[in-house]
Amino acid sequence: MKVSYYPGCTLKTKAKNLEDAAVASMAALGVDFEELTRWNCCGAVHSLADDDLIHQVAPVRDLVRAMEQGSDKVVTLCSMCYNTLARANLLMRQDEVKRKTINDFMNEEKDYHGEVEVLHFLNFLRDQVGWDTVRNAVKVPLNGLKVAMYYGCTLMRPRNVAIEPIGDTRIMGEFLEAIGAAPVDFPEATTCCGSYQILANPEAAHDVSGRILESAIRAGAEAMVLSCPLCEFNLSKKQPEVLKKNKISREVPVYYFTQLLAMALGLGQEACRFDLNSECSVELLKNKNFPV
Amino acid sequence: MSHHHDSKEPKQKKKVQVATGDRAILPEGATTIPVYIMGKRYEVPETLTIMKAMEYAGFKFLRGAGCRGGICGACPTVYRKPGDYKLHFGLACQTVVEPDMYLAQIPFYPANRAAYKIEDLEPNPEIIFSLYPELFRCVACNNCTKACPMGVDVLGYISALKQGDIARAAEISFDCIQCGMCASRCMGELPQYHIAQLARRMYGRAIMPRARHLAKRVEEIESGKYDEMLKSLQTMSHGELEKRYKEREREPDMAPNGTWLPANDPYL
Repeated sequence: MKVSYYPGCTLKTKAKNLEDAAVASMAALGVDFEELTRWNCCGAVHSLADDDLIHQVAPVRDLVRAMEQGSDKVVTLCSMCYNTLARANLLMRQDEVKRKTINDFMNEEKDYHGEVEVLHFLNFLRDQVGWDTVRNAVKVPLNGLKVAMYYGCTLMRPRNVAIEPIGDTRIMGEFLEAIGAAPVDFPEATTCCGSYQILANPEAAHDVSGRILESAIRAGAEAMVLSCPLCEFNLSKKQPEVLKKNKISREVPVYYFTQLLAMALGLGQEACRFDLNSECSVELLKNKNFPV
Repeated sequence: MSHHHDSKEPKQKKKVQVATGDRAILPEGATTIPVYIMGKRYEVPETLTIMKAMEYAGFKFLRGAGCRGGICGACPTVYRKPGDYKLHFGLACQTVVEPDMYLAQIPFYPANRAAYKIEDLEPNPEIIFSLYPELFRCVACNNCTKACPMGVDVLGYISALKQGDIARAAEISFDCIQCGMCASRCMGELPQYHIAQLARRMYGRAIMPRARHLAKRVEEIESGKYDEMLKSLQTMSHGELEKRYKEREREPDMAPNGTWLPANDPYL
């Protein structure tokens, strides 16, 4: 069995903290985590139009790349990449007619029938690495850090690609417990952050983002983890606007889940990359006497 | 201008001769083949390139021909072959005619080019994104790569740029000759070749490591180290120059690399 890692464009540009922390953590755990040598954009958003097959070409091409490199699993960190790749994979496995159309169009590539399995990093950690391995490797347990588990949409919807049964919100909790933190479930854990509405209709995006932050605070969280650069943009980069518009008085530190993993494994700044997070995120960790 | 296969002349043993070069008058017995240039049939000598075949057929290039050496990008040509639905692409000056090929040259293809002063640009992918926001219309259909007569992985460099990797994009696109065939086939309407050129300019200006020995040599030249020597050569008599040339030190043939140094080395 060979596992390939598919990073996605944003992890190479605006979300290096999501990637660097994961890659360093895998190296520290001694897990083979090799990036695909060739890959393109995942398609970013799954096209809902039934006959819009051209937008399936990008993710399918990435799956072909993984197959070409002899992998039977491809792991992603970004929730949106996970979603587009997993849904395209499902289509190639289940819809014979569309599969033929897409394979015919991409006739410079090998035919693809869904040979590769798409995994989100959390599932990879649980099923391929194992929580015990993670737990045993922890050098800095994040004792007392109360973290809201924010899933957002694309890890959980639609049901047939959800990283765990809807309503479970277990995997992020297990992850946080493995690194010593205290997971905080909250009612808006799978509410949409506002997504691309931040461009066309920022007010509406700020409204839902505000609801999510408020809900996390009310549930007793000191911070929030997530795995999607767009959620991070709406909930963290845009947080000053969100707090102002919704009259929320407390800032909420937001981290990629991989950053907390890297910190718990005792990896340094060049791995954790808290320099790319908001100021309050760094302050909280300092106040807790974590090595940042 | 055409030499038909089905000539009524008495059958005689055909002397097979290959037409070579760009002679307009065919050697006796040279084989011709039919090609369709912009839909019209012409009989042209086999083994000619598309460009020479078109000239043989009577076309004169005012545009659409440049270096004739496969590097200037002026003569991209699109063609189809009988029984094959695929589009093929090649440079007219490099591609040899095939029987019954349908072809047309596309010497220019409109593609928007952003205005910028390269001196003012940081080598930052965000700047490329803002100058060419079309970049993100790419759907990875790969038609660009299929259309490239130079075999450049166009989708590869577009993907590298979306990943913020200017150096990689510059490397992958190095063989680009700016012919525009990628842009002609792009369903996202990207001007790929202009984007790649910007990437290579940024790479060359600000990312590529500088050669320190070159800077040192330029400094030496500017400091006047070679002025005297050049002046003495310029004022030297013909006879003296000839003598010096004959007596010059020569690296022995087949000397292994780096094993020989001249005795006269004050300017090294």
